[in-house]
Amino acid sequence: MTTASSADHPTRRDFLFVATGAAAAVGGAAALWPFISQMNPDASTIAAGAPIEVDLSPVAEGQDIKVFWRGKPIYISHRTKKQIDEARAVNVASLPDPQTDEARVKSGHEQWLVVIGICTHLGCIPIAHEGSYDGFFCPCHGSQYDSSGRIRQGPAPANLPVPPYQFVSDTKIQIG
Amino acid sequence: MSGPSDYQPSNPALQWIERRLPIFGLMHSSFVAYPTPRNLNYWWTFGAILSFMLGMQILTGVILAMHYTPHADLAFKSVELIVRDVNYGWLLRNMHAVGASMFFVAVYVHMFRGLYYGSYKEPREVLWILGVIIYLLMMATGFMGYVLPWGQMSFWGATVITNLFSAIPYVGESVVTLLWGGYSVGNPTLNRFFSLHYLLPFLIAGVVVLHVWALHVAGQNNPDGVEPKTEKDTVPFTPHATIKDMFGVACFMLLYAWFIFYMPNYLGDADNYIPANPGVTPPHIVPEWYYLPFYAILRSIPNKLAGVIAMFGAIIILCFLPWLDAAKTKSSKYRPLAKQFFWIFVVVCILLGYLGAQPPEGIYVVAGRVLTVCYFAYFLIVLPLLSRIEKPRPVPNSISDAVLAKTGSRSTPMVSTAIMLALAGSLFAGSIDSAKASEGSDTPPGNKWSFSGPFGKFDRGALQRGLKVYKEVCSSCHGLSYIAFRNLAEAGGPGYSVAQAAAFASEYKVKDGPNDAGDMFERAGRPADYFPSPFPNEQAARAANGGAAPPDLSLITKARSYKRGFPWFIIDFFSQYQEQGPDYVAAVLQGYEDKAPEGVTIPEGSYFNKYFPGHAIKMPKPLSDGQVTFDDGSPATVAQYAKDVTTFLMWTAEPHMEARKRLGFQVFVFLILFAGLMYFTKKKVWASSH
Ligand code: FES
Repeated sequence: MTTASSADHPTRRDFLFVATGAAAAVGGAAALWPFISQMNPDASTIAAGAPIEVDLSPVAEGQDIKVFWRGKPIYISHRTKKQIDEARAVNVASLPDPQTDEARVKSGHEQWLVVIGICTHLGCIPIAHEGSYDGFFCPCHGSQYDSSGRIRQGPAPANLPVPPYQFVSDTKIQIG
Repeated sequence: MSGPSDYQPSNPALQWIERRLPIFGLMHSSFVAYPTPRNLNYWWTFGAILSFMLGMQILTGVILAMHYTPHADLAFKSVELIVRDVNYGWLLRNMHAVGASMFFVAVYVHMFRGLYYGSYKEPREVLWILGVIIYLLMMATGFMGYVLPWGQMSFWGATVITNLFSAIPYVGESVVTLLWGGYSVGNPTLNRFFSLHYLLPFLIAGVVVLHVWALHVAGQNNPDGVEPKTEKDTVPFTPHATIKDMFGVACFMLLYAWFIFYMPNYLGDADNYIPANPGVTPPHIVPEWYYLPFYAILRSIPNKLAGVIAMFGAIIILCFLPWLDAAKTKSSKYRPLAKQFFWIFVVVCILLGYLGAQPPEGIYVVAGRVLTVCYFAYFLIVLPLLSRIEKPRPVPNSISDAVLAKTGSRSTPMVSTAIMLALAGSLFAGSIDSAKASEGSDTPPGNKWSFSGPFGKFDRGALQRGLKVYKEVCSSCHGLSYIAFRNLAEAGGPGYSVAQAAAFASEYKVKDGPNDAGDMFERAGRPADYFPSPFPNEQAARAANGGAAPPDLSLITKARSYKRGFPWFIIDFFSQYQEQGPDYVAAVLQGYEDKAPEGVTIPEGSYFNKYFPGHAIKMPKPLSDGQVTFDDGSPATVAQYAKDVTTFLMWTAEPHMEARKRLGFQVFVFLILFAGLMYFTKKKVWASSH
């Protein structure tokens, strides 16, 4: 394409080619957006992720329940005095993911531990009331969590996350 | 693709690959260096347009399959949720559904072009037959895709088409059972259609590769039908054909976008917005427009087996075209008689398409038979005879001679292409509307809707008033099962705030459960809930309404239509008139008369309505003056109620309409700009070779 006629107006021709190429690139990039955006959660999924309310009155001391929020299992444990004491007795600095028990529960409601029941290693569901720390044990690769849901032993790097929640009354929480 | 490549990449990495897998050389010789006849007109860009459409269909199809549920109970709803909830789902669905039509528009132009210029003749017979195979695969794919939304037309189309195979002697019934995977069209049928609808496009892509391979061995035909002899007859594919094809695609995208953004339902059938019902057949079953000519042939033969044979024969006969037409001159440009018969044949095909959409009665049957005879006569009598008796005009010595002879008489192929496409498209599409027999009812009057036209927007006041009318009147019998309370707070809707929508939801009691004790219970509605139906199930709805189940209203304005007739459907295409449904709904709400006029008797227990087909409607007059009070001072009249509630129902049928029109405008501005740039770039590229 090095012909005499086009070489006459190199700037005009170049401008045209660049403009066309740029328009094609911009159009192509813009057209890509809907194709990617469709993979995000749809409106009904987002709406279904609204906060849920959980009634705590039937959960006896030492018992725990599992509820689902946004497709994730949430453990709600009614901890015994012993469990709370154990959780508070450890030296926080010695933990792999240092966090005080106070920071993981709502003050005035220390007996309630609410955590997302997904192992921070590779996403398995730990079993409650198992393991050496009176907390959770993940059967997949042997991670052990204490009665505050903090990682104590095993390959998991972090504590079980606490979901956003608040007490609506003494016996009712809203998760989300 | 013919002979060893002289492609020598300078990049060592490319060289390394090239020695082991000469794929870049293949690409280079096929799409860069490949000599293309320099006299190709714009009818030749449809090959590129078809590749573009195939890519589009596969891309959008793969994505839609991520959101679609192939189950008889869920398919319809999943499609509705795609267009309502999935991000840009409405766009992707329109692209795919309209894309199917555009694909066929392009393939028909491509085929007629081949027919006119003799592209099937020696040495391109295999190329042509591969094309026919692609076309057959496309028909199968398109048909199965149309079944997937599981609407009324889907279901009954599937029933009718699969029943074609029952015409096979002795084993017909067993074959049909085998196709269905059951005793009737049902979930197994839907599952296998989904699987095959996903598979066949890849087969098409495979045959397309063969088609292109054969093309590159034989070389492209051209408008003058003389084979390239010297270098002067050809130009390299890139940049010449590449840029021209891209310009062609850009122009085609304008047409495509017109449908996607402004006429998404123009090419479809309103009945397909009614969920499949195995107990009720729509009054007229019509296939999609692109099958109508063959459907007409099928119905013209008064014998089941013969009709089926004729229909399939009408396509298979194309395979024998290279031998039926033995003329030495390829292009009809130099065959005065063949040219005339070609255009007659085009008209025959269009008329057959028109007849395919008409009810099979009276004059239509006779016309169908005459045209069926004409169709076959073209292949079996006209072409063989012409090749013997016709004296063609002398063809030019070479392509460059033809090009030189033509300079000065520059035609405007793009304009004619656009007009042809528009006319063909609207003709076919319009004939679908006319398939709806009006069955003796009056034509609903047209209304001025705020939401019509390219810049149409919903009137928020009307939406809020319509919601009130729905809630106080319609909701005692009709559900709105595809609208969630949260939708009320979405952009483009009635303009509620999130808190207002939540408050509105909480006024409703919603059935939920089972709870931990295993019991169902009632709770206040939440934004994520859908408008509940007033009846627990269809049987209860029937029992409470004298046997007729009140339809769900979410889609009613899209599910209703009426006959438009010629020439309105052509005007509709340009004026973007899409409001048959709303006009119809508004008319029926106001069409009640206390007494049936003289000479009209309606069955016991029904009411006279001017606009309802057959005039006898089971629903009693729902609205009367003063029934609902509006806070904004709008008159409390039936006319106002009807208009407001119809506006509201239009929104429930397509909550994202405003987003569609807004994005459409942006896309159009871009495409026009882009096509303009492409045009001038193309001119620059070609300037050196004229
Ligand atoms: S996933 Fe829990 S330990 Fe690996």
